[in-house]
Amino acid sequence: MAATTEEVRTPVPQIVARRVERERTGWTSWVTTTDHKRIGIMYMVLTFVFFLLGGTEALLMRLQLSQANNTLLDPKTYNELFTMHGTTMIFLFVVPMMAGFGNYLIPLMIGARDMAFPKLNALSFWLLLAGGIVFYGSIFFNPPECGWTCYPPLSETAYLPNGGVDAWIFLIHLTGLSSLLGAINFYATIANMRAPGMGWGRLPLFVWTILTYSILLILALPVIAGAVTMLLTDRHFGTHFFDASNGGSPLLWQHLFWFFGHPEVYIMVLPGFGIISEVLPVFARKPIFGYKAVAAATVLIAFLGLLVWAHHMFATPSPTFVFIFFMLGSFLIAVPTGVKIFNWIATLWRGTVEFTTALLFCVGFIGTFLIGGITGIFLAVFPVDWQLTDTYFVVAHFHYVLMGGAVFGIFAGIYYWFPKITGRLLSEGLGKASFWLMLVGFQVTFLIQHSMGLDGMPRRIYEYADVGNLEIYNLISTIGSFILGLGVLMTVINVLRSVKHGVKAGPDPWKANTLEWFTTSPPPVNNFDVIPRVRSVEPMKDIRRQVERQSGIVEAPPAPAAESAVRA
Amino acid sequence: MNRIRRALARTPANRRPLRLALAILLALALMLVLAGTAFADALTPESGGSPNADKIDNLYKLILAVAIVIFIGVEGALFYSLFKFRARKGAVPAQIRGNTRLEIGWTVGAALILVVLAVFTFIELPGIRNPPNSGPDGLRLANGTLLASGASRRLPPNGKSLNVCVNGQQYIWRYTYANDCGNAPLNSVFSYTEMVVPVDTTVTLDINAQDVDHSWWIPKLGGKFDAIPGYTNHTWFKIPGKWAGHVFHGQCAELCGRNHANMIAQVKAVTPAEYERWLAQRKADIAAADKAAAQERKRVQQELP
Repeated sequence: MAATTEEVRTPVPQIVARRVERERTGWTSWVTTTDHKRIGIMYMVLTFVFFLLGGTEALLMRLQLSQANNTLLDPKTYNELFTMHGTTMIFLFVVPMMAGFGNYLIPLMIGARDMAFPKLNALSFWLLLAGGIVFYGSIFFNPPECGWTCYPPLSETAYLPNGGVDAWIFLIHLTGLSSLLGAINFYATIANMRAPGMGWGRLPLFVWTILTYSILLILALPVIAGAVTMLLTDRHFGTHFFDASNGGSPLLWQHLFWFFGHPEVYIMVLPGFGIISEVLPVFARKPIFGYKAVAAATVLIAFLGLLVWAHHMFATPSPTFVFIFFMLGSFLIAVPTGVKIFNWIATLWRGTVEFTTALLFCVGFIGTFLIGGITGIFLAVFPVDWQLTDTYFVVAHFHYVLMGGAVFGIFAGIYYWFPKITGRLLSEGLGKASFWLMLVGFQVTFLIQHSMGLDGMPRRIYEYADVGNLEIYNLISTIGSFILGLGVLMTVINVLRSVKHGVKAGPDPWKANTLEWFTTSPPPVNNFDVIPRVRSVEPMKDIRRQVERQSGIVEAPPAPAAESAVRA
Repeated sequence: MNRIRRALARTPANRRPLRLALAILLALALMLVLAGTAFADALTPESGGSPNADKIDNLYKLILAVAIVIFIGVEGALFYSLFKFRARKGAVPAQIRGNTRLEIGWTVGAALILVVLAVFTFIELPGIRNPPNSGPDGLRLANGTLLASGASRRLPPNGKSLNVCVNGQQYIWRYTYANDCGNAPLNSVFSYTEMVVPVDTTVTLDINAQDVDHSWWIPKLGGKFDAIPGYTNHTWFKIPGKWAGHVFHGQCAELCGRNHANMIAQVKAVTPAEYERWLAQRKADIAAADKAAAQERKRVQQELP
């Protein structure tokens, strides 16, 4: 079956205007753009650069830890590196990368011509860039050394007087403002600008997750903005919010930070879930199993995610009642998460699975994220957490969740939507090599870290004594991290090559389900000349079937066979 | 139910891969069990030095057993469906949009597993949290160690424990051997980095910090407890008699600055008699050092113009 969009004649609109502004070209066209697609591309490119910076920091740390009592890095540099790594990956990579996908795809998926507030959208991007510059500017002076959590009293001026912590605070403010404006924009766009016929029950699942992501950002970000402002005034204007010797409370910071910090985890993984929920059905050639359950699980995870923050604080002096509440809350959140995993597997069940790179990354996601979910149960049981918290077991756990849950999702998204964004396909060979290197590298790096933690290795230490098996474990982990890095590099090469030399994709190379594939690749500035009426969760399937009927090529036999006919 | 059965029904020709997959799964499970016994140490937390550490280890193993079953089941289902339902010529994908009963089934199933884990936890919790009485070979604790009710510290049933005040400082641990940490007498015995305690005796710890957050952790003696300025945290341990003469190692587990990695902690277990000798010796040493310091001060003051 040929592409559908060629069938639609482009109507010529009657424009009445006093003058036509000359279209800008070159770099000024990017700097001044308010087009959601260009902003989305800038988001994705910028955040990927930060991903590579954060990854380089991680490799340096792994080099330092490859041997016991190594002297490659001094403790100050090491502390700076893990602070930069964590902050970069969270605030400058995963969260804004999801905003990049959302920016590019939300209007296309819901059949809108742009975001609700295009100028606000541009502001979001430039605030993000400003946050990144302020933060990375500190490497020329003194980068922060307090970890991405920046617990006071350590982050107070008495212990870290230099400007690194202040750079970190400004990063939180600027990227927070960027995300907050973006979230309001997403919410307004999704609530008001859907194509005719696209009710809430026909919203693509990726759009559901971006909607939930936006609500979580709106609820959680003001709290961290308040907390870092209190830290700023503690540091420079004589207040004592977190200073125990003057009536303040270091524990208050932990509560405020994690009230934001835990929802932040779901802010990072939910859009990843959304990408999986879009890509899996396309390559299983089957509708998503239990659309309503998957959408409802997203919302439920977000709600419960706001009620589990103190499971990061099981070792603090707090009442047992608090621990029990947060343990049971964390247990509850496993139920909707499990439901999602079961639904994804059921989506593959009795499908015809096509092993494209995008699908492989989805599968890598499910298999890896499952391990992160299971180790999360260990950590939720607070007496067990007393042994595991603040060790490499936790480091392994959250990398399984965030690498597995967010990064593999992002890579699946890159391979799936690259043809829409650039009009060209990525190389499948390089893509698959990249996938296998990343998967193997990831498991080699992080599986063994569970054992390091169980053997008593705390996190955030720049050196360790050669006791037990620690040295060999760490060496294995370091080797794995370089395999992982090589895998990422393959995708970078793939992207750089395919932008110019990739195979032309056409509007709908995957025979996909959602509206972004209805327009050309790359889409025109106005996205759609005609916006079709949406009649189901899979509008493109309906459109293909309709074209088939009208052209009379294949008269649709019962449903399943019709599917295979469309594929043929 | 019938709908589910029909959805899962397969033609006989397709059964062989299923049997193969089951065999592979069984082999994998067997390997895990074997590997589990060989590398038990790599898969479980440290324990052996105190009943609370042992009970945490038990609880961990219970969860691990459930986790392994879930892991094999879910990954097995994932790989089976990938292998079985890969695209082949003539294969037709079933257009199933969901199955409410199945979905309710696995939601309830997941919830039930978690109820079981919660029950495990509540059964083990008292043994982890509440200190037991000291053993018969432990230190004879004076009556004075009985604390008034209302103290946030948990005490053994008979109210007697040896209390040590643990204080985290950048980058060293200080231990004061006193009962009431807030008002410890100025001549209390203290030590740095290495804590000396009698075996078979319930030792309770009052943990706080002087400057930034730290975290007390000796893996074989139980979990970690944050030392936070302005707060007092509590834990306990009771080292069995066979460990007399052994030194347990640990280190600060909360980022506290550049030398966080070098903020080590040690607990040396000795017999009660040795402990009392050590305490007396330490007391005498401290008194002698104080006296020497006082004389030195006097000398310096006299030399000053």
